[in-house]
Amino acid sequence: MSSSKRAIQFLKSLFQYKSALAGSVILLILVAISIYTVIAIPYEQATYLWQAGKDIWLDNPRNALPSWMNTFLPKKLPETIILDTTRNQVGVTKIIVPLGKEMSKVIIEMSFVYNYDDFPSEINLFYESNFTNSPPQLIIYWVNPEGVKLKLKDLTASNKGAYYLSSDEYLMKMLQEYVKEKFGKDPEYDITPEIGLFAKYDETILKKETTSPLKGEYRMIIEGVLFEKESDVNVKLVVYGKVYGMAGTDHLRRDLTIALLWGTPIALSFGITAALSIAIIEMIIAAVSAWLGGRVDFILQRITEINMTIPFLPTLIMIAVFYKLNIWTLLLVIIALSIFGPGVKTYRAAFLQIRSFPYIDAARSYGASNIRIIFFYMIPKILPTIIPSLVLSVPDFVFLEAALAILGLGDPIAPTWGKIIDDAFSAGALFKGYFYWIIEPSLLLILTALGFALLGLSLDKIFNPRLREV
Amino acid sequence: MAVYIAILIANMGGYVDEIIKGEIRFQIGVKVNQDPAYKLLPPAKKAELIEELYQLEIKRLGLDTPFILRSHQYLLKALTLDLGRAIYLTSDTGSKLVKNIIVERLPATILLFTTINVILFLISLMLGLYASRRYGSKLDKLIVTLSPLSSIPGWFYGIILVLIFAASLRILPYGGLVDVPPPEDPLQYAASVLKHMILPILSWLIAYTFIQTYVRRTFFLMFSQEDYVEMAEAKGLPPRIIERRYILKPTMPPIITDFSLTLISSWMGAIITERVFNWPGLGTLLYRAAMMLDSPVIIGSVVIYAYLLVITVFVLDLVYAIVDPRVRYGVT
Repeated sequence: MSSSKRAIQFLKSLFQYKSALAGSVILLILVAISIYTVIAIPYEQATYLWQAGKDIWLDNPRNALPSWMNTFLPKKLPETIILDTTRNQVGVTKIIVPLGKEMSKVIIEMSFVYNYDDFPSEINLFYESNFTNSPPQLIIYWVNPEGVKLKLKDLTASNKGAYYLSSDEYLMKMLQEYVKEKFGKDPEYDITPEIGLFAKYDETILKKETTSPLKGEYRMIIEGVLFEKESDVNVKLVVYGKVYGMAGTDHLRRDLTIALLWGTPIALSFGITAALSIAIIEMIIAAVSAWLGGRVDFILQRITEINMTIPFLPTLIMIAVFYKLNIWTLLLVIIALSIFGPGVKTYRAAFLQIRSFPYIDAARSYGASNIRIIFFYMIPKILPTIIPSLVLSVPDFVFLEAALAILGLGDPIAPTWGKIIDDAFSAGALFKGYFYWIIEPSLLLILTALGFALLGLSLDKIFNPRLREV
Repeated sequence: MAVYIAILIANMGGYVDEIIKGEIRFQIGVKVNQDPAYKLLPPAKKAELIEELYQLEIKRLGLDTPFILRSHQYLLKALTLDLGRAIYLTSDTGSKLVKNIIVERLPATILLFTTINVILFLISLMLGLYASRRYGSKLDKLIVTLSPLSSIPGWFYGIILVLIFAASLRILPYGGLVDVPPPEDPLQYAASVLKHMILPILSWLIAYTFIQTYVRRTFFLMFSQEDYVEMAEAKGLPPRIIERRYILKPTMPPIITDFSLTLISSWMGAIITERVFNWPGLGTLLYRAAMMLDSPVIIGSVVIYAYLLVITVFVLDLVYAIVDPRVRYGVT
């Protein structure tokens, strides 16, 4: 009863400080995200998704902005449009008409409404067919809202494959010629298939700055011949947009949401485990050193001094390079390198004072063991005073993980915030203007740091009253 | 202090051991696998051959002698800066000696991070003193409010600053030491280097000015409540003299200690900051070596970092002795 009352009292005094309240709210949100993530996306699934090659993410655009950006941008950027004949979709029809005994004719029509102010980033057509000897022959047409029909390609649909419209040189040349014929001069830039297929065909198409997409209903018509009775063909048209999901995508079309979400529990558990275990082990070492004194004290103090002159980060990098650690082994190494840190010195000084307190003498006189004195009388005495610095040191380790990831030494599998930043850095996001890619993980890192800092500083004021008036 | 260095290097020797062995095994493996003469050997025979050559090599290098004996060799080697040869990396002059590679990079690191630390030290000292004398003023409150900023490390602000000033506004360079191509005129060269130093310095100032000022301020506040300060005030001494003689002087030793600690931690923070700003210093070297698995360079850099650390501690101990008459040699 009294302890719960005391806890309430403590919380009351803590939340007097608005900063403590803000910090706690931030941390609670982060914890909530972590719990949601761990339950919603199991770790194996997350790492599988993050590791897997392009195949999983083939339907995602590359380097797409987050979707909600459309709310703020004057130009409405396109979403990804997927039309698939295997799915029962509005606007997709597939008719197979028999032509005699063996052969049949297939007509696939896929229509969609394009109402965006920017061109798609890519267009791909995936196909899949089954046959025994002769593969289906397809002719692909494109019809724009004005009714202009364009033959794109003759295609032999063998098994499984894709027609990448965006990298079709022939199509590009054809579109270029078409514009030249229509306006009597060359356009001032290379007309890519995305622009050529979606642009408004008037004077604006001649300049890259002015060209804009024609809004309305587009159609892709595929006519083909199946040579065998059992033969069938299915296609999937993907018109890649420039926005995707909550967080956008990276250069490998991966959905950043996964790494951002999973980064949260990893960052929190990494930071908290490191800070907590280092503080506790340091304290135990300091207590043992101060209580036993003599030779033990001498040895422990010398180890601490030596350890303090080892360059921490370079050594950590060296170990990480040579042993290719995953994130949890890395955590252990960090703890091992830090337990003989400067904290041992400060705590020891405090313990030396406590050592001569009367209640310790009392404990000794009734025959309490060394272990009992250290763990039940000495450590609990200074435990409260280290809580603020413990909370304040959590962000250090969160950023340490990010720093190692940016140096390319993070966990090879786990998706973390630092790795997103590393990917973005390596892919030149800063030069190419993919700012969202760096800002999103950075923002989460800042939030985490801020949460712990605000809470820690308020705790500091409560536990060290001398600071209160300051 | 010499004891420090000795113990430290011996400690480095401990790590180096296993690493070198692994490296030899790797090299021999590569050699055997690439040698056309051994191409037709069955894998089991090949493994045997590798093992045999490995044992020979170990013996040749004296790696089979007890560690205690060898650690002295390592110590000597490290002390004389005999750091071996790099596997992949070369210095700009084309040398493969780790020592040359590192010596080439060291000035850039030292230039940037001593500048940062000195600026940081002076600003926080002045500002801290000013704030402590005007306790409760707006500036004072501002410093207290902004101190949580330093829960985020300097390199991280670096990313954000690059984002703002280089990528968006395009008024400052993304990183590097000088413009490409470097200007011929030494003055312009210096100006270009300065321009490239703005963002790294700024990022560290944002990260650490406020917390350091805050710490100094609290410290000065404690000392300005001493009796002798009040006495001096009562005597009617001008505030400048009070600040200098009665507050600054007695607080100097702990401040120097603090400075040395931040300088040390800045050597560490330097690695990642250099990576962010592509600053061609020791940190970038270590990063590149880590990427290419160039172990002699990695080990060499770590040894040099250890040296930097020890030298910093050593120099500041000397300064300490100058500032604080109580610790001067011969006076007990």
